[in-house]
Amino acid sequence: MEAKQGAVGRTDSLLPLQKGWRWHKVRPVLFNTLLYLIIVAGGIIFLIPFTWMVSTSLKTLPEIQRIPQPLMPEVIRWDNYWVAWTSLPFTRWFFNTAFITVVNIFGTLLSCSLAAYGFAYTRFRGRTFLFLVLLSSMMLPYHVRLIPTFLIFNHLGWINTFLPLTVPAFFGTAFYIFLLRQFFLTLPKELDDAARIDGCNSLNIYWRIVMPLSKPALAAVTAFTFIDSWNDFLGPLIYLRQDSRLTLSLGLRMFLDFQEGTGELHLMMAASVATLIPILLVFFFAQKHFVEGVTFTGLKG
Amino acid sequence: MTSQPQATVRRAGKTSVFGWWRWRRVEGYLFIAPWLVGFVAFVLGPFLASFFLSFADWNLVRPPEWIGLEHYRTMFTNDPKWVKSFVNTVYFTVFHVPLILVVALFIALLLNRQLPGIGVFRTLFYLPSVTAGVATAILWRFVFNYRYGLFNQAIGLLGIEGPNWLGSTKWAMPAFIIMSTWGFGSLMVLYLAGLQGVPRELYEAAEIDGATAWDKLLKVTIPMMSPVIFFTMIMTVIGSFQIFTAAFIMTEGGPADATLFYILHLYRSAFQWLRIGYASAMAWILFLIILALTLIQLKLSRRWVFYAGEEPN
Repeated sequence: MEAKQGAVGRTDSLLPLQKGWRWHKVRPVLFNTLLYLIIVAGGIIFLIPFTWMVSTSLKTLPEIQRIPQPLMPEVIRWDNYWVAWTSLPFTRWFFNTAFITVVNIFGTLLSCSLAAYGFAYTRFRGRTFLFLVLLSSMMLPYHVRLIPTFLIFNHLGWINTFLPLTVPAFFGTAFYIFLLRQFFLTLPKELDDAARIDGCNSLNIYWRIVMPLSKPALAAVTAFTFIDSWNDFLGPLIYLRQDSRLTLSLGLRMFLDFQEGTGELHLMMAASVATLIPILLVFFFAQKHFVEGVTFTGLKG
Repeated sequence: MTSQPQATVRRAGKTSVFGWWRWRRVEGYLFIAPWLVGFVAFVLGPFLASFFLSFADWNLVRPPEWIGLEHYRTMFTNDPKWVKSFVNTVYFTVFHVPLILVVALFIALLLNRQLPGIGVFRTLFYLPSVTAGVATAILWRFVFNYRYGLFNQAIGLLGIEGPNWLGSTKWAMPAFIIMSTWGFGSLMVLYLAGLQGVPRELYEAAEIDGATAWDKLLKVTIPMMSPVIFFTMIMTVIGSFQIFTAAFIMTEGGPADATLFYILHLYRSAFQWLRIGYASAMAWILFLIILALTLIQLKLSRRWVFYAGEEPN
């Protein structure tokens, strides 16, 4: 029995000899159960800040000031969201943010896919060199060019408009160009040849063949651009001044200043959760693309 | 006169192919033109401009005045806040980088199995990477609140009285380090991808040689993952030198500049005090620090990063 088990083990799975067949069978089950327990416990601890945020946003002021705080609100106060949202022009800021985000997505997709196509499919003098330039430009810290860029936009009179936050998207982002170029290179080269024989020019190939085939990569770029531009804080902080032109992240910060004195933590949390909802929606519908995008290039921290 | 020879050229098949070739050599530039223009206008130009600005004294009102290396001298000898911001950022980096790398790798190792439902946790742990912004910074500001905060209430259950995290010069930085570790998700996803790439045969061979799980981790997984770990280490160091939003929202650099991070000081110098030249000099020093750190890591990487297909020393 013992010997037979060993022989099977050696030829079948290359596992080392097991002492008894029972232990051999029980061990992985035990191990996996333990693993699940660790992961689930970790996941719960990990999620506590989020759940606390949501539960606080639904409580009353006396409830959050009681110590120890009750875990759950006695009565769920959806009203907090309405009170917080309407106490400042959040609706206006929501549309501002949405506008900036949509324009950024459009500009990024267009400019980055064109440049990526250029790097992946066309030949020109200095292509390798320019691609190296592109790669090394990713290493330049954003803050080194922050001040002169501000001076340019200031000179153009673009302060307090959405232009400094949207126009640069139409000039490409090195990381997304790199991501798309890597993806374009995985498409079969024969498609390009076949299309050329059929009389397609480069622009046709780009628009009719490469773009439709690259939906996963374009979705990843869309998802990242959405998050970056929705969460952006430093950009709006520098360029936007007038209350009606703020974005949600600036508005939240203004709300924080207002709430500081009153200590209305529940309203603060309600407003914060509300601004996160679009992100959560996009994330849950597009989570596959985030993970693909991250693993695709091995970048993005 | 001129149109006639052109017409003849176009009719001749050979030369038209030549023209087509030439066009194909030029059109590439058109595709990359938006990026190239943007690169010159918004990346290279500003990058060089900030270098020159760093030698000037300028507050946007008076005309700029050339003062040579004065800003750099001020920074190192006469600006305690700059020194503080540098020390704080290094303090944060030294703890943040190893911690987040180890946590991300540990969780990735746990999740690197084909078990039902495990994908849910991959998504879950990635979540803070997409919500990183003002809203979560506000959340953490209140998580660390002395009285109502989640953290102190949780350890209060264990009978420990928590410190006034963000109000104490001693505990504010640890609070930032704890908070930042929460965002390990994107690193974890990278490590999971890396783990999938480790050839099965290596583990099987190790098992035949009688290797324990621990041996396999140290002798197979870590060496095979070392290029990914190295890459994420460089990116995390660069990122941790640029922390801003969380500091701006959670503590505004306080208490007593205990969380005055480099970029926060740079932001204030440039946009609140309008010391354009000085802030540019700060930006360039940041660039040089990051460059130096990257080169040092690159140099050290030869000792521990193993690229498959290469003979280990």
